[in-house]
Amino acid sequence: MPGSVHTDDALVPPAAGRASAAEERVSLAANWKLVWWRFRKHRLAVASAAVLILLYVVVLIPDFFSTQDPEASAASQAFIPVQHLSWIVSGRIAPSVPAISGKRNPVTLRMEWQVDPSRRIPVRFFVHGYPYRVLGLIPTDIHLVGTSAEGVGVFLLGSDRLGRDEWSRLMHGTRTSMTVGLVAVAVSIVLGALLGGTSGYLGGWVDLVIQRLIELLQSLPTIPIWLAMSAALPQDWPPQKVFFAITVILALIGWTTLAREVRGRFLSLREEEFVLAAELAGCSRFRIITHHMLPAVTSHLIATSTLAVPVLIISETSLSYLGLGMRPPAISWGVLLQEAQNIQTVAAAPWLLIPGVVVITAAVAFNLVGDGLRDAADPYGH
Amino acid sequence: MLRVVLHRLVLLPVLLLVFSIAVFALVQAPPGDFLTSYLSMLAASGSSVDQAQVDALRRQFGLDQPFYIQYFRWMQNLLRGDLGLSLEYQLPNLDLIGDYLIPTVLLALLSFVFTWLIAIPAGIYSATHLRSPLDYVITLLNYVGVATPNFMLALILMWVAFARFGISVTGLFSPDYLQAPWSLARLADLLSHIWLPMIILGIAGTARLTRIMRANLLDELHKPYVITARAKGLSEWHLVLKYPVRVAINPLVSTIGWYLPQLFSGSLIVATVMNLPNIGPLLLHALISRDMYLAGAILLIYCFLTVVGTLLSDILLAWVDPRIRMES
Repeated sequence: MPGSVHTDDALVPPAAGRASAAEERVSLAANWKLVWWRFRKHRLAVASAAVLILLYVVVLIPDFFSTQDPEASAASQAFIPVQHLSWIVSGRIAPSVPAISGKRNPVTLRMEWQVDPSRRIPVRFFVHGYPYRVLGLIPTDIHLVGTSAEGVGVFLLGSDRLGRDEWSRLMHGTRTSMTVGLVAVAVSIVLGALLGGTSGYLGGWVDLVIQRLIELLQSLPTIPIWLAMSAALPQDWPPQKVFFAITVILALIGWTTLAREVRGRFLSLREEEFVLAAELAGCSRFRIITHHMLPAVTSHLIATSTLAVPVLIISETSLSYLGLGMRPPAISWGVLLQEAQNIQTVAAAPWLLIPGVVVITAAVAFNLVGDGLRDAADPYGH
Repeated sequence: MLRVVLHRLVLLPVLLLVFSIAVFALVQAPPGDFLTSYLSMLAASGSSVDQAQVDALRRQFGLDQPFYIQYFRWMQNLLRGDLGLSLEYQLPNLDLIGDYLIPTVLLALLSFVFTWLIAIPAGIYSATHLRSPLDYVITLLNYVGVATPNFMLALILMWVAFARFGISVTGLFSPDYLQAPWSLARLADLLSHIWLPMIILGIAGTARLTRIMRANLLDELHKPYVITARAKGLSEWHLVLKYPVRVAINPLVSTIGWYLPQLFSGSLIVATVMNLPNIGPLLLHALISRDMYLAGAILLIYCFLTVVGTLLSDILLAWVDPRIRMES
């Protein structure tokens, strides 16, 4: 309705007096609430969201979940196989792992490990271990899982070539990899929303220039260009700097897809009545973009960027696997998988592939949540 | 339609010129040059080289010149069809790349065919048999397929083949044919090896394509024209394939331009893990050893393949969709 600045859901028609309380609740609910109600119905998406929350808790406090210092290496503890955690031993609830003993094969010089059935190492919760700082602030030495026995470690996921605990390294790798994806997407969103929005709203030559730039970037072969850019990073950079550079490299091409989507949305929104109404009411262009159009694309933008995160996580993992992404001493899922470089190693120590399972789980979870959000954010969906 | 194609063809050299500058800047960007990394390699193995000799080499390779002169020299040679000399191998880049180019393009094209052969029928089945057990299986596979990194899939399959059957599935040729010249027998040998990398490379795309096909077809299946056709008594099979599938497939054709080039460059990772004769691993090695002319040449070839792939798909789209054909 021309002249009115109210949106439809803020108006309560006179007949609503007779409507049931449930209907009224729906018609008065804010948009994000409606989205949440629709999202809630998507069970798999909710379950995936829980998985992601769990992963991000690990991102916040990886040391708490670690059983050992991820950098602690000992050649005498190389390639320890996975120690299966059992909860019940002889009828009592007593979580423990089997003890192992290893000796070096005199021919291959590899450590060979055997389960010692007579002994079990008890596993305790909230035990004292190596000291660390929560979020870099609060010093503590409490760990979720560990053993109280002196001098023996628990290798829940085995150990690698240098005798480092795979489980603890996986926890620290989770921090890097999950953050890379998120930060790269954040940079992409800022660039994509800004340039895509401007392009779609202003049109004209600005649109033309930005569109040509996007086309140019999109017709670049992504993976080789990523590799060339990562190879150009100086070898002596500290891990933090490399981390930052990698996220920028990933975002540099990632923003184009988002910009295209935002532009498309803006183009169709520009024709909508509420934008016309705002224009007639004398709003400035900036105000129309930030107060009227951006909120209308936000939910869609969130869904799209959720779907972009797994692509970036997989890219980071692949780059690091090839040795051109994050590099040791930084730990990421890709760096961990680098240990499984050849098939002989994988055959001898298949547990080195476990980080890959985590990569797949995280990517599936992101995709499911993204799909759920997209369906929930679509006002015309069924 | 002809005009669109001509327009693109005119733009092609311009685009490649812009790319060539970007590519050259990229391979030039790392601090130091091939000789510094070569020297540090020599130093690591305990030998040393006379500084005067190094300077002479640097002059000979033109590495002492400023950026734009190096670029113009490179460009000059490129226009004469000379891709330059590999600094590391001391062989013409054209010879190094030439052997690998056919397997690279063949692998990408085969993966592409595989993707479409699997994805379209799977998508149609999924959409027409909504919520059937097989639909759920296909949907599940789609999610996992999209989420699995290429190299991970390659590693797992290689591991299974190695641990279960004791065979190593790396490479594209049997030892007998590795150095042999091209012949029908060599091609047959290539085809008997290429299927596994083809599947690995195609899985993610297949999953994505199946999902899009399913969603597109679902949107069409309840449109009035389908109901009309059904009311007329057309057989279900005939009806679905003849009308809604043709509409649903259109947006997919428009993504070829984006997908085919991805396959060219995407094979890089799989090829590295599986040790395939492919320009990907060659690029990786060249980037690490700072062999900039070789890396530049390969990057430019990737750009060329990408641009040609996009052009091909635009033509294909105009050919498939009368609306686009008529517009121009």
